[in-house]
Order: sequence, then C-alpha cells, then structure tokens
Amino acid sequence: MVNLVEVKGLTKKFGKFTALNNIQMTINEGEIYGFIGPNGAGKSTTIRILLGMLKATSGEVKIFGKDAWKDAVEIHKQIAYVPGDANLWPNLTGGEVIDIFLKMRGNGNKNRRDELIERFNLDPSKKCRAYSKGNRQKIALISAFASEAQFYIFDEPTSGLDPLMERTFQQCVLEVKNEGKSVLLSSHILSEVEKLCEKISIIREGKIIETGTLSEMRHLTRTNLIVKTIKPLPPFETKQGVHNVNYENGEISFQVDSEELDSIIKFISEFGIQKLESSPPTLEDLFLRHYENAKSIASNGGKGQ
Amino acid sequence: MNLTLIKGTGQLVKIIIRQHRFQLIAWLIGIVGVSLAVASSYQSIYQTANDKTAFALTMQNPAMVAMLGPGYDAKEYLVTVGTQFAHEMLLFSVIAVAIMSILLVGSSTRTDEETGRIEVIRSLPVGRLSYLAACIIVVGFVNLIITLLIGVGLRLLNIEGITFESSILYGAILGTGGFIFGSITAFFAQLSDTSRGTKGLAFGALIIAYLIRAVGDVGNEQLALISPLGWSVRTDVFIENYWWPINISILLSGVVLIFALYLNSIRDIDSGFLPKRKGKTSASPYIMTTFGLIYLIQRTKIVAWSIGIFALGAAFGAVLGDMEKYFADNEFVQMMLSQVGDFSITEQFLTMLMGIMSLISAIPVIMTILKLKSEEIHNRTEHFYSRSISRNQVLGSYTLLAIVESIIYLMVLALGLWLAALTMMDDPISFGTVVQSALIYLPALWVMIGITVLIFGFVPKITSVIWLYYAFCYVVAYVGGMLKFPDWMKNVSVFEVIPKLPGEEINVIVLVLVLAISIVLLFIGFFGYKKRDIVG
Ligand SMILES: Nc1ncnc2c1ncn2[C@@H]1O[C@H](COP(=O)(O)OP(=O)(O)OP(=O)(O)O)[C@@H](O)[C@H]1O
Ligand SMILES: [Mg+2]
Repeated sequence: MVNLVEVKGLTKKFGKFTALNNIQMTINEGEIYGFIGPNGAGKSTTIRILLGMLKATSGEVKIFGKDAWKDAVEIHKQIAYVPGDANLWPNLTGGEVIDIFLKMRGNGNKNRRDELIERFNLDPSKKCRAYSKGNRQKIALISAFASEAQFYIFDEPTSGLDPLMERTFQQCVLEVKNEGKSVLLSSHILSEVEKLCEKISIIREGKIIETGTLSEMRHLTRTNLIVKTIKPLPPFETKQGVHNVNYENGEISFQVDSEELDSIIKFISEFGIQKLESSPPTLEDLFLRHYENAKSIASNGGKGQ
Repeated sequence: MNLTLIKGTGQLVKIIIRQHRFQLIAWLIGIVGVSLAVASSYQSIYQTANDKTAFALTMQNPAMVAMLGPGYDAKEYLVTVGTQFAHEMLLFSVIAVAIMSILLVGSSTRTDEETGRIEVIRSLPVGRLSYLAACIIVVGFVNLIITLLIGVGLRLLNIEGITFESSILYGAILGTGGFIFGSITAFFAQLSDTSRGTKGLAFGALIIAYLIRAVGDVGNEQLALISPLGWSVRTDVFIENYWWPINISILLSGVVLIFALYLNSIRDIDSGFLPKRKGKTSASPYIMTTFGLIYLIQRTKIVAWSIGIFALGAAFGAVLGDMEKYFADNEFVQMMLSQVGDFSITEQFLTMLMGIMSLISAIPVIMTILKLKSEEIHNRTEHFYSRSISRNQVLGSYTLLAIVESIIYLMVLALGLWLAALTMMDDPISFGTVVQSALIYLPALWVMIGITVLIFGFVPKITSVIWLYYAFCYVVAYVGGMLKFPDWMKNVSVFEVIPKLPGEEINVIVLVLVLAISIVLLFIGFFGYKKRDIVG
C-alpha cells in the first residue's frame, strides 16, 4: 500500500533561519494524524510545504505518491484545507465564498453544503467583512467538509469556535474518517487531538521530537497517582522516578515514571493504602514535559535564550 | 475638548511617521526636487519677448486652461519666469501633493483599522480620537514641510521676480491643497468602512474637483470657485500674491476635520456611516471561475476608473471646440502653426493629451497586478493554492484582466474625447484618428504590466519599485523636455518611445520591439512566480 503522505528528511530554510530540520512523517490511509508543538515550532510551515506553497530546501515530500511541489495542482483535487485564520474576500458573502471554494475544487456537493450550513449554524447572506472570527472559520470548515476530498488538512481549525461548534467539528472529522479518509490535524487544543487522533507527532523548533500512538507515548512516560495512606508516608520526593509531589487534604498526588511504578507501589503499600487513583498522563502532561525539557536543556546548556 | 479623548496622540504621531517614513521621504524628494529643478530650468527656455508671447498664447488656449488652470494676462508672462513656471507646474504639483496626502491618510486611518492595529492601540490607555488626531497632525506636518522646503528653495534659486513672499505662497498653495484632500480623506474614512472605499471616495473627490475647475476655468469662473483646485490656481502667485485661497483652504480643512473628528468620536470601531447591503446566499456562476472571481474583486475599481477616464477624456474633448475658435481668431498662432506642418493644432493637442492620459491609465492597470500581492499578504491566495488551481492560472488571470483593462481604459478615453468633440467642434476629428492615437499606447501599458509581473514574480517585497519607474516616466513626459534630459534617458521611459499619433509615423519595428519586451518580461515573471514561495 502506498502511504498517503510520505515526508523524508524535509528541511526548510528561510534565509539563514532553519524553520524545519530533517522532518520525517508518514500518514497512512484512513488515519487521523495529530500535529502539535509550541508556537513557531514549524507546524504551519510543514503544512504549507505539503500544500506546495513553500518549496522545501531539501528532502522528499510526497502525497498520494506524487511530489507535493511539482504536482500540487493534481494532488489538490483530493485535498481539503482549512487555515487557522481564514481570510476571506470582505465584499463577498459567506454563501458566495463557499460556492466559489467548492467550484474551485470541482467536486462539491450542494446538498451537503446546505446541510453543513445548517449544522454549523451559519448565516450565509452576510458579507465576509461582517463575520466574526469564528464565523469566518465556519465558512472554511463548511467548504472543506462539503468537498469530496481524500485527505483533509486542518491548521488550528477550531480557533475561535465555541464549544458547541467545536463538537460539531469533531463529529464531522469522525464522519470523514468513517468514510475511510485521512486527516492531518494541527492544533493547540490537546484534548481535541487526544480525542480524535490515533497517531501524534510533537514538533519543536523545527524538529520532530516524538511520534507515535498516544498509548505508545504514554508508555514511555509517567502515570499520575493520587494516594491516601493509613500511616503517614515519609517524605519520598527524593525517590527514583517520582515527580511533582503535592500534599493536599491529607492526599498526595504525584507522577511516577513508568519503569518505577512497580517499586513505588510496593513502597506505598507498606503504609496501608486507603485510596489509590491512577490516571494515564494527558497529552498536556506529555507536551509540557517535552517543553520543560527543552527549557532546562537550553538554560543548562549555557546557550541562553 | 475633553483631553482624555486625545490622550497619547504624541506617541501615535511618532508611530505613524515611522510606519510611513520611507514613502514620505520619497514623496518629499520627488515633489520638492522636481519643482525646484523645473523652476531653475525656466530661466533658459524662453529668452526673447517673442518666445514669451508665443508661450503666453499657447498657454492661454482653452485646452491648456482646462488642463492647467487660467494662468495670467499675456503681459505678465513677460514680467517674471515665475509665471510660466507657476502656470505649467502649479496645478499638477498640487494634485501630486493631494495624492500623497490621500494615500497617507487613507492608510493611517482605515487600513490600520482594517488590519486590527487600531484595535490594539485603542485597548491601551489612548483616547478615542487620538489615532485620527495623530494622523491629521502628521499629514499637516508633512504638508507644512513641503510648504517650507519649496518656499525657501524657490527663493534660494534667485530667480528674477520671485520674492520671498511669493515663493512661500507658492509652497503654501501646495501644502494647503494637500492638507484639504488629506482632511477630506479623513472625513471619508468615517463614512466608508474599508480603506479601498475611503481612498476611492477621496480620489473621486479629487477628480471631480479637477473637472469642476476645468469646466469652470474655461467657461464660468463662479463654477471654478466651488472647487478647492479652483482656489489653488487663483492666487496670482509671483504677481499679485493673493493669500485668500490659502486662508479659505485652511478654513475648509478645519471644518471638514471637525466633522471627521465628530463622526469618529460617535462611531463604532470597524464600522462606517454608509449603509451596507444584504448579500446573496449563493454565488452566481460567473464568479465561480478564477477569472470571474478576480474580476469581481476589482470590479468597483475598474468601473470607477473607467468613468473617471471617460470624464477626463470628455472634458478635454469638449475644449477642442473652443480651441478651434481660439486659434482661428489668432493670426499669430496660425503663423506659428504653419511651421509645424500638416497637422492642426487640435491634432497636436490630441497627441500631447494621449501621452498624459495613457500614463494615467497605467495606474489602475498596475494596481490590478499589485492586487495579487495584497491578496497574498492577506493569506487569500492560499484558497487558490490549497485547491487544484495552478499559479499560472491565477497570475494569468490577473495579467489577462490587466490587459483587458488597458484596452478598456484607452477605449473609453478615446470614446469620451471623441463624443465630446463631436458635439463641440464644427469639423470634428474622426473616431479612427482618436482611437488610433490612444491604442498605440497599449504596448507601453503592457510593458508596465510586464515589469510589475516580473518584480512580483521574483521579489514581491519590492514591487513599489514599479511606482518609481512610473514616476520617472511621468516626469519624462511632463517636464523631460524642459529639464533637457538626454535622449537615451528619455527613452528609458517606454511611453517616450511610442510613436505619437497623429503626427509621427507608425514605426512598426519599435512597436513590435516594445511588444516583444513586454512578452519577455511576462514570461520571466511567470517563471519566477512558479518557483518562489507563496507567503499565504
Ligand atoms: N516566510 C517566512 N520567513 C521567515 N521565517 C518564517 C516564515 N514563515 C515562518 N517563519 C518562521 O518559521 C518558524 C515556524 O513558523 P510556523 O508558522 O510554521 O509555526 P507554527 O508551528 O505554525 O506556530 P503557531 O503555533 O504559532 O501557528 C517560525 O519561527 C517563523 O517565524
Ligand atoms: Mg501555525
């Protein structure tokens, strides 16, 4: 089977500044792929290269087995893209813009368009300059979902959407997935990525620092624990693999590295466990950890900010 | 006035000046430099009293009056060369300063509001009127500098008959003329809710002011006095030095500004006072093509410019009739004319007019290509390029539109001129002659398109270079002869190499060459655009 997206050794420089450094990325058919990272990490740049708007400095970028730069027009027949801040033509109405977008791809579905306008609760008769940010975003989303694409690319698609509309968006993504289509979702809303994506890449300063399924990533990291014991626990912050200890109302919450879990539980159980809650790390935990690492490396390494 | 309304104005003045500093310096150098250069060259042009009388007669013919204002009594052209200079340069210098002011005010009011800059500023401890007030101060300040630089500079040239008072007055005409149109723009910025609309209204006002003055100067002085440009040409500068036009200009600016500030203080941010219409819920088929959409985005501009150019053409056409009579009654001129050859004075005038009007038509044509740059900056080309539309298709549509526009503008120019001439002249010139002398400039306009596409295709950051080249072409056409530019330098302007019809012969080789250049420029430009990164 051909991989839907195949990125190998992608590097992008803007003058001397290296925005992307040796990126690898593979997206399979029918997969929802999450793409997260701090501001300025290179998410949008990667997406613009996938869309053939920026030219890779080096490396190979293939979508549907075709070159993202050279065969852009051909590839885009099967792609729907939603930018994070949809800038629309101020003197056209929302309805007009949706029609234009559908026509540009050439395979829009009129019924689906009307149904989506209904679902996203959009007034299509207003001029784009009069729409709020969220409403402009809806226009881009409606045009994307109403088109019959194979691959959907979203760059922070829900910025500005209210929680209700965010849910509508998530439903639409799942529907698309059920039809066997693929999605690339770049987002700062980690709960959304957590809910939707099977596979996730974390990018920082132009480098992919972690890729895998959420459970694979969790495996490598920490578990959150909350315990209450009969006998008071001695201070154990210094124990190997224990992090972020917090005492609150007689309960202790902390995180344990996966490989130390066994020994820590044994240690605690000697004090008589009254209550034990464990939860897997959230994506936010994973993300923050990577981020903190980066900061400490930067400050210890003496490179400064 | 409540002082909290204008809190922070001083800081904002600095910010606005900083944002526009290069552009303002370019304008200042251009306006002051050309004015002084031309003024100093006049001394050597018309030496004898005979030459000066001939000049006076040419300048007083109705077409010239329509184009440049009423001028002076014939005798007064003998008193000082300042009068010749003022009659030829004053009005168009005022217009240049007005354009500068319109652009400055337009972009530091509505553009900054549209892009959200004013929103950020207003969230700071800054008064509601501060931004507009700062913008007014800046435009006032810039016009004051122009007044002083030109006023002092002219005096320093030590031209006979130009006193300090008169040179300052000359500068003040430019400065106040610019300030009025800056103020009017500030007012329109409250009515329209876009920067395009604001600048459109302001340029519309400028064109109307020019036309009213033209018609008034030729026929009815009362009418001319309605127009601020009518005041500008009535100071009798270098002779009587009347100051009333300056005072009344400042007064009018003040009144307009008070209205603007008032409207600004009561309106919502991002809104205007002109009504908005309710739109369609679905798109009509024609705008669903790439070309159709691109046309739709620029439709208003195209219609407005077509009307403006038609009106200018008609205004000059109408004068042709008067001109015929003027020359028929004037033996001296007839004597002069017989030396020129077989071509009537109307035909010669036509030649000159087409030279200027083709340059004016180039503005909207260049703007069409540059619109693609603004679309890219506003992240709107990504809508094309994330769908299956190629770069050639998009740039091609813009180029095609610009080419179609170039034909439209020259055609409506010819049509307006010919229709008006038809009604006014006893022996009207043929439509064919008019159309030919207009359309011959098409290759020149296409070279302008080509250069713009070329720059945009490779280095979109520096597209404003095209305006420098444009300004150069304008200077060559307007005062190139007077400044004694060498031929090679004049020929750098593509408008200069085009054969002037009627009068010169159609030089096919030159035309083909110019056409070939435009095609080559386009090709290279398209090539560059295909290869470069798209920002958004
Ligand atoms: N055209 C450009 N020229 C120079 N630098 C650029 C250009 N475009 C992006 N960059 C830089 O590349 C880096 C990556 O930017 P990018 O927009 O991809 O970040 P991002 O991950 O999308 O961030 P965000 O979460 O804020 O959207 C940033 O440091 C940015 O400043
Ligand atoms: Mg981004």
